[in-house]
Amino acid sequence: MIELEGLTKRYGDKVAVDRLTFTVRPGVVTGFLGPNGAGKSTTMRMILGLDHPTAGDVRIDGTHYARLRDPLTYIGALLDAKAVHGGRSAYHHLLCLAQSNGIPGSRVAEVLETVGLTSVARKKTKGFSYGMGQRLGIAAALLGNPRIVMFDEPVNGLDPEGIHWIRNLMKSLAAQGRTVFVSSHLMSEMALTADHLVVIGQGRLLADTSMADFIRTNARSYVRIRSPQRERLLDVLHQAGITVVEAGGEALEVEGGKAEQIGELAARHGLVLHELSPRQASLEEAFMQLTAEAVEYHAHAGPAAVAHGWGAGGKEA
Amino acid sequence: MAAVQVIRSEWTKIRSVASTVWTLSLAVVVTVALGMLISALTNSQYENMPVRERLSFDPTVTSFAGMTLGQLAMIVFGVLVVSNEYSTGMIRVSLAAVPRRGTFLCGKVAVATALALAVGMVTAFAAFFLGQAMLGSHRTALGDPGVLRAVIGGGLYMTLIAVFSMGVAVMLRSPMLSLGILMPFFFLVSNILGNVEATKKVGRYLPDQAGRRIMQVLPRAGDDTPYGPWGGLGIMVLWVVAVLLVGYALLRKRDA
Repeated sequence: MIELEGLTKRYGDKVAVDRLTFTVRPGVVTGFLGPNGAGKSTTMRMILGLDHPTAGDVRIDGTHYARLRDPLTYIGALLDAKAVHGGRSAYHHLLCLAQSNGIPGSRVAEVLETVGLTSVARKKTKGFSYGMGQRLGIAAALLGNPRIVMFDEPVNGLDPEGIHWIRNLMKSLAAQGRTVFVSSHLMSEMALTADHLVVIGQGRLLADTSMADFIRTNARSYVRIRSPQRERLLDVLHQAGITVVEAGGEALEVEGGKAEQIGELAARHGLVLHELSPRQASLEEAFMQLTAEAVEYHAHAGPAAVAHGWGAGGKEA
Repeated sequence: MAAVQVIRSEWTKIRSVASTVWTLSLAVVVTVALGMLISALTNSQYENMPVRERLSFDPTVTSFAGMTLGQLAMIVFGVLVVSNEYSTGMIRVSLAAVPRRGTFLCGKVAVATALALAVGMVTAFAAFFLGQAMLGSHRTALGDPGVLRAVIGGGLYMTLIAVFSMGVAVMLRSPMLSLGILMPFFFLVSNILGNVEATKKVGRYLPDQAGRRIMQVLPRAGDDTPYGPWGGLGIMVLWVVAVLLVGYALLRKRDA
């Protein structure tokens, strides 16, 4: 369990993390979602005691990180896959971490096996691809067989096979009753892995909810209709007490309507339909709406800045 | 014990990178080879030396002539041991594993210092014996007064130069910045400050100027240095302790 209470980080005037209070619980995958620069990595660094909070508190199983004895056996983290000495072999990288926490050396071979790096264990890590580096970082996180794991943007830069592997790994870790805390700037990724969702924007908590609730409240469903007899169709729908919104072009949208009902209505009145499609607003849209405030902040710098803020590859500093 | 774990871990770190091997072997080879070369040259030119120089001729110091260059390899070793962590980003992984920064720093510096001490002693004794062999009839022996102290002092000097560099690297983090300051300082600036009449009085309290005093067996003509061999080494130790303390204070305070 990770408990944040009023956690705040300021750099001069800039507030990177703003009074965050939430709890990450065991047994589920908790997604930590926010646009790039929202403060996710800073929060994770404070959880690990790497950055000092300006205010507030964060505890691991009720204890401050710095007070944990052999912390890797409580919480394993992957912050940055490139944070290894390129001249050191994967084996020695993991061995020095194991020794620092009194973890038996035999664990090194086990985690290398788990992440599929056994064959390159003695190779220097500078020859590793990004995906291999990511796997090494995950091996380091699993080294102490911790009850809590924390991954910062783990799918970034991975190939589809790697992404699939990581999703399954996180789900199985949660199924074993561990606490899994994973950050991402992609809602679509979270929708596939997370059971619980913590959303932040500009360092502030925007949502702390179960994934199911988030979908229920945020995923708007509607029916999209196009017809050459648009005016008559509007009349018919209006008479039936159905509220219609005029969408772009000649399309109409019916909020929460049933496609069957509309189709039958149109048939009864002999109206031609060119399109009748039930739709669901994507979670990505819901997420963007939620973090609109954070995006507005970016938008002052023009549309390019917005596009950058939501870019796929980047990672916040 | 946490301290033992950290020492084992740091030992794995230090022995698993190539820079440790090449910096330390360079320190040995450069110091010994250059010392031998200069000793051989001195031996062949001895008859041409002015009487004044012949009277204050110190065979031990002559065999350590390579240290001016060899210490630069020790500086590189000290800097890289620490700044590798920062330049690779490994520092975050390391501090997540050992969150108590004092324990982390002590473990790292202890392991690197022990290794530097072993290499420093090997270098000093090798430079002495091989240098004396080159000096022919002008040589001195380990049993002569003050010689053993000077040779052990040479090993300690090499070690302390490396530890001083570690402290500076903890403060500055960047390998380029640390080397860019330390190398020219110890190779040029300090020597100039220590030899120019106007700055001599201050210059001789610099870590390397003070520390080098212990390698002298015979006093130089007109030497008015206000400290002895061990006093000089003590001044150097104070410098080392000071940079380490400042480094530790910064490490504690800073975000990783």
